[in-house]
Amino acid sequence: MSQPKTELNLDRSVGDFSYPEHHAFDAGVGLNRDTINYITDVKGEPEWIREFRLKALDIFNSKPLPTHWATKDLESLDFDKIRYYLSNGQKPTRSWEEVPEDMKETFERLGIPEQERKFLAGVEAQFDSEAVYSNIKKAIGEQGVIFVGPTEGLLKHPEIFRKWFGKVIPSGDNKFSALNSAVFSGGSFIYVPPGVKVKHPLQAYFRINAESFGQFERTLIIADEGSEVMYMEGCTAPKFETATLHSAVVELVALKGAKIQYVTVQNWSSNVFNLVTKRAIAHEDAEVKWIDCNIGSRLTMKYPGVVLKGRKARGEVVSIALASNGQHQDTGAKMIHLADETTSNIVSKSISAGTGRATYRGLVHVPKHLKGCKNNTVCDALLVNTDSRTDTYPAITVRGTGNAVQHEASVSQISAEQIFYMQQRGLTEGQAMSLSVNGFVNDLVRQFPMEYSVELKRLIDLEMEGSVG
Amino acid sequence: MKSLVIKDLHVNIGDREIVKGLSLEIERGKVHAIMGPNGSGKSTLSKVIAGHPDYTVTGGEILLDGENILGLEPDVRSRKGIFLGFQHPMEIPGVTVANFLRAAVSARLPEGEELEATEYYYKLYEKMDILEMDRSFTSRPINVGFSGGEKKRCEVLQMAMLEPSYAILDEMDSGLDIDALRIASGGVNKLRGPDLGILLITHYQRLLDYITPDVIHVMVNGKIVMSGPKELALELEAKGYDWVKDEAETAPVA
Repeated sequence: MSQPKTELNLDRSVGDFSYPEHHAFDAGVGLNRDTINYITDVKGEPEWIREFRLKALDIFNSKPLPTHWATKDLESLDFDKIRYYLSNGQKPTRSWEEVPEDMKETFERLGIPEQERKFLAGVEAQFDSEAVYSNIKKAIGEQGVIFVGPTEGLLKHPEIFRKWFGKVIPSGDNKFSALNSAVFSGGSFIYVPPGVKVKHPLQAYFRINAESFGQFERTLIIADEGSEVMYMEGCTAPKFETATLHSAVVELVALKGAKIQYVTVQNWSSNVFNLVTKRAIAHEDAEVKWIDCNIGSRLTMKYPGVVLKGRKARGEVVSIALASNGQHQDTGAKMIHLADETTSNIVSKSISAGTGRATYRGLVHVPKHLKGCKNNTVCDALLVNTDSRTDTYPAITVRGTGNAVQHEASVSQISAEQIFYMQQRGLTEGQAMSLSVNGFVNDLVRQFPMEYSVELKRLIDLEMEGSVG
Repeated sequence: MKSLVIKDLHVNIGDREIVKGLSLEIERGKVHAIMGPNGSGKSTLSKVIAGHPDYTVTGGEILLDGENILGLEPDVRSRKGIFLGFQHPMEIPGVTVANFLRAAVSARLPEGEELEATEYYYKLYEKMDILEMDRSFTSRPINVGFSGGEKKRCEVLQMAMLEPSYAILDEMDSGLDIDALRIASGGVNKLRGPDLGILLITHYQRLLDYITPDVIHVMVNGKIVMSGPKELALELEAKGYDWVKDEAETAPVA
């Protein structure tokens, strides 16, 4: 039986376009103390942020690349050739009419549907480093929900911002969290007051539109006691010739009894390095759920985590990764149990197509003195072609006797006979692969909000069309 | 008359010749059956008609209503009206019967046209009623955990939905008990009609008790060695395939 062809010609027509750039502020190429001072000055930030950034820069410079466990491909990043800050000098606008036409067109091409804007409670669409569009429906504003960019957050709400910023993920957590802490711009700051349940998901679209321009958004979400919020982010990037770095830091704080769901669907073009640190702290009886879908990029390294700090806290990571030709999805989850009766759940599904490579890294930590903790990890990999690759590195440390851990892993391959069966019913080879892949992730996709599951299916279709010769 | 014509077909798998100059004509509206011992090349024939990539056609033609379909991809052949009922239908985890068939029906629409969901379900339920299938069936992942009988009924359902011009049913009786066989064959009988040509491939005569063929062919060692009316099956059952092999050596093909 001939195997499905392995050449993958990515159809990037959806993201493969860009418009003339008009950047009023540009921090130039390379990274040093001047770059940091420039960013802080332009953004009009207070001194404590300048110090925070400069300190982070030192940490960044002192830390080696994590190539002792991660891929050597990281070495092809040239930090001196990246531009760390660009901005049109725009302040976030409040109405759609004020958004520049070419940017609107970009969003149009990305297919952010009209009705979604009506449905979604607040939209933060980030274009380059500043939010160009920011709108929170009146009702949410009246509930006291804050949904702004981090600069506005730190300037206008320092009493909340400063208390939590950099506390879940310290600058020194890893080299890339240090980098983000030094040069962050854009992202979201959300605060949900006690007891407020935000009915509709809050959403932000990120997009890179400048060559050699690293995007370093920073998101901090605080759900106060008994509140609930869902946040969604989606990314597509235009295609460029040289590598582009995206390195975000996302910190979530769920206070007593609060619930946060954070949904990501990312479709980066295949030259992007996507190195993201995401972590949450769940206090007593709080619940944090990361739903994470990674498509595209040259290399994605992302391991959303939950620190289960309070009794009966719950953490969940649901992740889908799709690695096509030449792409490496190095993803996973971290669950740190720090209190009794905490539970965590990890469900990871990865798809490797062509020469794509998917790596799962899981960390589950339950110290000896805890009682009644539970973890369940399910980790399934699907190989589309014979030269596709998948690796699993679970690290589970559970001490003590009163705790329960389950780990299941499976690897399957779309067989040539399955493809033939589907082709015999009239589906093309690409449609057949797409259907199998969609079937493989079907139970997870159902957990995504409706519009994302539709988008996800479309992205998988596009990828699979490309994975046949 | 419209028909599926196989002319002097030679098929290799690797260097080995499996089908050695086979000719056959299946007219629309007729049911042909091919019987033969194991290893005679029956299943190979069915897969070659459907375009399975493992086999190399080294000679001959397959004409669908006059058009040569050799060289066409399996999905193109399917859309042109060839249906293969599999001896061992494949499991597609996570893809429900309804979604699978929906994709297959959609693939037949002209470009730019979208399937109307309510019409599709109306048709699906109508066919399921004919085949006496429970509606909960549609939400199960296709063939995953299906019993032998369910798999074969699901194949017949797909055939009913896709409305092929020619259906090749490979060993549809294998692994079925009498009840399951009766139900699955009952479904095929309901689909018989002037626009559909059927080729039944079977090792045993018992399938032909349920689906009565118009013509029976006996295939031995890559060739049709004998053809005749339905009564031929009984003779075969009584005398065994060795009898045909002996006959084939002494008499030319009818």
